Parts: sequence; C-alpha cells; structure tokens
Amino acid sequence: VVKPSAAGPPAAHTKPVKKRREGIAGYVFLTPWMLGLLGITAVPMLGSLVLSFTNYDLLSPFSEVEWVGPKNYVRLLSDPHYGHAVRVTLVFALVAVPLKLSAALGVAVLLNRERRFTGWFRGLFYLPSLLGGSVALALVWRAMWSRDGAFNSLFGLDGPNWINEPDYALGTLVVLAVWQFGAPMVIFLAGLKQIPTELYEAASVDGANKWRSFWHITLPGLSPVIFFNLVLETIHGFQGFTSAYVISGGTGGPVDSTLMYTLYLYKTGWSEYQMGYASAMAWVFLVAIAIITAVLFSTGKFWVHYGDNT
Amino acid sequence: MKKAAKLAALLALLAVVLYPLLWMLATSFKPDNEIVGSVSLWPKEPTGKHYPEGWSAMDVSFSTFFRNSAVIAGITVVANCLSCLLAAYAFARLRFRGRGVFFAAMIGTLLLPGHVLIVPHYILFNFFGWIDTTLPLIVPKMLATEAFFVFLMVQFMRGIPRELDDAARIDGAGPYQLFWRIILPLSRPALVTSAIFSFIWTWNDFFTQLIYLNDLKNITVPVALRNFLDSTGQTSLGPMFAMSVLSLLPVFAFFVAFQRMLVQGINTTGLKG
Repeated sequence: VVKPSAAGPPAAHTKPVKKRREGIAGYVFLTPWMLGLLGITAVPMLGSLVLSFTNYDLLSPFSEVEWVGPKNYVRLLSDPHYGHAVRVTLVFALVAVPLKLSAALGVAVLLNRERRFTGWFRGLFYLPSLLGGSVALALVWRAMWSRDGAFNSLFGLDGPNWINEPDYALGTLVVLAVWQFGAPMVIFLAGLKQIPTELYEAASVDGANKWRSFWHITLPGLSPVIFFNLVLETIHGFQGFTSAYVISGGTGGPVDSTLMYTLYLYKTGWSEYQMGYASAMAWVFLVAIAIITAVLFSTGKFWVHYGDNT
Repeated sequence: MKKAAKLAALLALLAVVLYPLLWMLATSFKPDNEIVGSVSLWPKEPTGKHYPEGWSAMDVSFSTFFRNSAVIAGITVVANCLSCLLAAYAFARLRFRGRGVFFAAMIGTLLLPGHVLIVPHYILFNFFGWIDTTLPLIVPKMLATEAFFVFLMVQFMRGIPRELDDAARIDGAGPYQLFWRIILPLSRPALVTSAIFSFIWTWNDFFTQLIYLNDLKNITVPVALRNFLDSTGQTSLGPMFAMSVLSLLPVFAFFVAFQRMLVQGINTTGLKG
C-alpha cells in the first residue's frame, strides 16, 4: 500500500517533463536536416517550378524575367533534341538495366555455391561499381572503343571508332553500365543467403532439376531483392551523366545518339543559359521518374513475394 | 568436374571484368609509340614518363587538383556523417510530434533525383556569390541532405538494443547523454560505412563539381581530367592514362582497406528497406 503512493506522485510528475524534454531534443537533433529539407530541397523545388514558367536566362537581372506561361513545356514537344534525349534515355535504361541485373543475378548464382575464393571474387567483381562512374574510367572507355583502341585490336576487327558511330555510341555506354554489375550482385548474393537450403533439398527430393528449382525457389525467394535492385538501377540509369558527357566530349553526339536526359539538361542550362527551359525539363523528369517508380511498385504486387515460406 | 567448370567460368568472367582496369594501368606505362592499338597488359619498354608529364600537363599542376579534391571530400565526409547522424538519432530513438511526417519526407527525398534541383541550386548559390567556391558542394552536406546516409544510420540504430537506453535512463541520462554515451559510440560501424561511401562518391563526383568550379586553380581532379578531352593527338593519351590511374588510387585504396565494410554497407541498406 505504501509503495505506490511513494512512487506515484513523482512518476506522474516527471513523465510529461521527460517526454517534453525528449520532444524538444528531437527537434534539436533534427534542426540541420530540417534546414536542409527546407532550404536545399523544398524551396528550390518550388523555385524551379516557378522558373519553369519563365524565360530566366541567368545572365539578365531578375527584374527582366518574364512570365511565359506553359511555353517552355509546349516547346519540349516540338524540340527535336529533346525528343532524342528522351529516346536515348529510355533505350539506355531499357537495355542497360535488364542486362546489368541479369549479369548480376547470373554471377551471384554462380558465386553462391562456390565455396573457394568467394570473398575474392565478390570483391573483384564489385570493384568496377566503385570505379566505373568516374571520369577516369569514361576516358579509358573512350580510348578502348576508338578506331585503333583495344576492342578492335583485341578481336582483330577493322572496326570503326565505335564512339563516333551513331548506331553504336550508346552501345558502348551500355557496356560500361553492365560492366558495373557488381553492386547489385552483392545485394543478390546476400538475398540468396536468406533462402533456406532445405527448400532446395526438398525440391530435389521431389525430383526437381536445377532449372526448376531456380524458377520456383530462387526467383520467388529473391523477388524482393530483384525488385529493390530494379527500382534502384532504373532510377540510377535514367540519371546517367558522366559517362555520356565524357564519351561524347560533352556534346551528346554523334547526332544526339548519346544525348542522355541530364546531359541535355546540362547543355540547355549551362551552355545556352536557358534556365527556365531547363527547369521545365527537370520537372518533367521528376514527374516521369515518379510515374515510373509508381508503375514499378504497382507491378511489384504481382511478382514480388514477401512470403513467410522463404 | 562440374565444380571446375564453374570455377573456370568465373575466372574467365573475372578476366573480362578486370581487363579494362589492367589495360589502363599498363597503358599508362607504355611509351607513346606502343600505346596505339596495343592490347597487351604488359608494356614492352616500360616508362614512367607519362606521370610527370600528366602531372604538369595543364597550366596548374595536379597537386592543386588533388588538394582541392581532398579538401572537398574531407569536409564532405565529416559534415555528412555528423549531420546525418544527428537526424538519424532523432528518427530512430526520440519521440516528438510530427516524426512520422518528417520520416516520410526523408524517405521521399531518398528517391528524388538530384538533377531536378541542380538548376534552382545553381541560381541560389549564384545569388549568394558562391560560384567557384567550395561552399555549394559542402553546405548541403552539412544539412543532412543525403537521405541515403540518414536512412542507413536509422536502420543501424534500430538494431542497437533498447535495453541499453533504458539502463542509461535509469541512471538519469537524458536524450543528449543517451546520444553521447550510447548511440554515438555504438554507431561507429555505420559511421565508418557512411564515411567510406561518402568519400568515394564525392571523389568520383563530376556533375556538381563541373558546374560550380570554373577557375583552373579551383577545379578538382575529375574536372581536370575532363580537360584531356580537349587535347588532341596520340601524345596526350599517355599522360591522360597516367592521371586517370592516379585519380582512381584513393578509391582503390579505400576498396582494399574496407572491402568487407563496403559490401556489408550495401547489404544493410539494401535488404532491410
């Protein structure tokens, strides 16, 4: 009888105080992030939306900026370079992402059962993912695929300068992207480890061959990881800039064949100073990526299994 | 027998994957007349002359570019880790009004393509007079704008046992002592992983550095390497390869030293999401 009354009043008193202290602390710790969200993300986003309806060109003063309505957006529809940029980016993502993920999955499956040197293989396959996005590697790629570069010499081809061929230039970028399959591979490997080996044993007892186990156990079990990699790599693929910039010498050529979306945005903003038009491009890009992500998530319901059985 | 075939396949693939890297390294040591059309991974008459040539190929030497890159990467790593750690602690451990909404906003920015903001950022920083300084590259990192790292640290902190918090609370520790005595020391692995990724991404970053840095004295290694595109002729290939190799060395060193942590880092962010 004595205990509760002794402990009662102070506890009732301190609890709200502690809670309030924790609440205040929460805002204190979150202050830098909130400033960033406001100043670096939210306000600039709104600013770019406003800019996209103006003819702002960076050079003239703000007082001369004119409201042009949806003109920039209408212009996108008839801009042939923009059309090329959209096509190049879509083709790049649609070809490079599936190839990269297939390579990653294939090597991960091969590596998963390999007991010797696994760490070495994993690390060395992962290395290109760390280095491949750099200017240095893009320069090397440019040299490799030139007329007397390593690719033609290696296969004894009297081939062209691949990066100067409108039909092939984007292909060299795809190869560079696929070459960096190591990062999704590492994620696949971790996913494979989560699939219980008993499932495979049970399947082989039931007479399933390797292919059937892969199809009915590995793929469903791995589907959340495949989904994660797909979303990540797709968004990443749409934003490719460095390799396209370096391999085309900053032009997106030949004949716009490597004009990735962000490269065209860069050229519009920083070579032609059309910041209003570039903002419109950025907003269409944002909406497009949001839609594609939403579509991926909605299809995910049909093929991603977050089952308890795996 | 089958096992041997598998191993052979993996080794063959590894050779293909590593060839461009080894070829770059070998080519940087080949004399000019050996570079064109050469596929070998071993220079016949090795020469180191491309390294000093490349180092001073431009009006400003690469020591400046490396220093600029190192300063930006160094400050970014510290600023990024610190600001993201603070935010992550609030999200993972503290209860306050609006946390759910803020957390959703953080997850939202995780998928936000950075290129969407590049135009308004440039205009804003231009307005501040920050063009051709390191500020546009550093200030956003001080404000925990890289949601990826906040997310990584939140995931990590959720794994730290709550009992430790409770024990400290009984000893009278408030939210600040809890952060200082429990969360900060125990978050070291997440901090190291974030630091490594933060360093590598900043070191390799090209787009923002290309946009904000103009003067030859201020540019970083990737932007300097870009200048090799303008120089034509086969004699510039050797120096270009030599500087490319040097530019990748810091990343490679991090890879060798922290390989396991990098792999774990991808997994913690990748799988629990």
